Amino acid sequence: MTLVRHELKRGWKALLIWTLAIGAFIVTCLLIYPEMKGQMEGISSIFSSMGMFSSAFGLDTLDFGSLNGFYGVECGNILGIGGALFAALLGIGALANEEKNGTAEFLLTHPRSRAEIVTAKLIAVLIQVVLLNVVVWVMAVASTAAIGEAVPWKGFTLLHLAYFLLQVELACVCFGISAFLWKGGMGIGLGLAIALYFMNIIANLTSKADFLKYITPFGYTDGAEILNKGVLDTPKLLIGLAFTLAGVALAYWKYSKKDIR
Amino acid sequence: MGNRAITTAALTKYYGKARGIDGLNLEVDTGDFFGFIGPNGAGKSTTIRTLLGLISLTSGTAQVLGMDIGKNKREILQRVGYLPSDTAFYSGMKVREILKLSADLRKKDCGIAAAELCEQLQLDPNRKVEDLSFGNRKKVGIVCALQHDPELLVLDEPTGGLDPLMQHEFFTILQERNRKGTTVFLSSHILSEIQRHCSRAAVIREGKIIACDSVEKLAQSSARRVTLRGNVKREDLPGCRDWTVLGDTVSFLWGGEINPLIRALARADLQEMTIAEPDLEEIVLHFYEKGGEQA
Repeated sequence: MTLVRHELKRGWKALLIWTLAIGAFIVTCLLIYPEMKGQMEGISSIFSSMGMFSSAFGLDTLDFGSLNGFYGVECGNILGIGGALFAALLGIGALANEEKNGTAEFLLTHPRSRAEIVTAKLIAVLIQVVLLNVVVWVMAVASTAAIGEAVPWKGFTLLHLAYFLLQVELACVCFGISAFLWKGGMGIGLGLAIALYFMNIIANLTSKADFLKYITPFGYTDGAEILNKGVLDTPKLLIGLAFTLAGVALAYWKYSKKDIR
Repeated sequence: MGNRAITTAALTKYYGKARGIDGLNLEVDTGDFFGFIGPNGAGKSTTIRTLLGLISLTSGTAQVLGMDIGKNKREILQRVGYLPSDTAFYSGMKVREILKLSADLRKKDCGIAAAELCEQLQLDPNRKVEDLSFGNRKKVGIVCALQHDPELLVLDEPTGGLDPLMQHEFFTILQERNRKGTTVFLSSHILSEIQRHCSRAAVIREGKIIACDSVEKLAQSSARRVTLRGNVKREDLPGCRDWTVLGDTVSFLWGGEINPLIRALARADLQEMTIAEPDLEEIVLHFYEKGGEQA
């Protein structure tokens, strides 16, 4: 518990900033929704008929004029990208930053096994991802209620759950990569998150790149599919789970035998 | 094995093709105040980092406090205090928070010992670590290494950044701990430090131990430092080493029979002459140059 508490103490400021930033954007979008709703009737059909641009962002299958459609697109852009960047940064820095900041020597000369340190850091990463998602979900639900709309519980929850799982996957993959690094890896983490996001957009643009949806975790966070069908894509989730477990296993394997610089 | 604090047998560490340490054999007895001497890159830190499990060994074996470093790392670290040469801590934390974290990681309450050590070293526990000078950060490292009353202290270049008064205080604490039974393993290239405080020492060069004995015996070399003022030629003194001329003063190391030296000097025109035992620094420098041939 000492290590988990220590990690959480070190990360609380960044967690607060990311949570409030993502939450505030979502709240702002929801607060302007009632005003936009009246103007959306004509715009919705324009949004859905912009060819590849509409496909890329799922506007062809979501009704931007409805709360579900509006939220699916907005949430996708804000919680999707914001959450992914946060999770990637958390994961990539978890192990590598100890060496980058010169604190690895301090930490690893205390009577704690490498596996124990990896476990504590992983738990801390996951707690932070959970906290961000719970607070953002509460903020989204509260804002929806505040604007007088009926909360689409199932859709909201499934969409948020999908983004939560995306963040867990990305954090764990970056966590695994982090075990190999010793100079920090902010660029790698951010680059990976952005690359995976664009991978999904490319897959949306052409059916020839559909396989990319099975690689990127954004593949199972498609708002249109989740909100229209009311279920998560199990095969893609299972592939995501495999990546998640591989990232965690890689971290334990590498860090337990790593030479600390 | 039971009364040895550190034992290594053919301990080897290679970083890819680069040599760290190569076939290192070292024995440090329990209760020793042991000096570990070597120039930069000789393998001092590699030895320490291998013993503490920060890096894995390539081959050989090592025991610390009678336990295998691979199998019992956690138990070893519970009973060892380590001060690295470059102390780095988590930014944003206060000194007392760092000390508490270190104690908590050992599952020990070290509050009283930490407070005493902070007072002895004049360290303000309420300051943030990033606001501290290098010397004060070193003091934090010293308290972390000592507060849990370890059986073995491993100190890597411990006095860097400490002013002379603080160095004196630090060695007073170490001597006191050593008297109470703590084994001290002190890595340094400040030879006067080793000579003044250590009972035994090992010299490491290019990853190998080239001499290991009591400091007294290491300093008791058959070589003598001869200093002359007058007219003397090097050709008359075959076998002398480290010939240094400063104005009309000549200084050299003489390692051979004393009679040929006296005969040669009798023929020279001298105003002054001293023959003394060389200090440890001279001997160690000789070890570095000659690769282990006893001076």
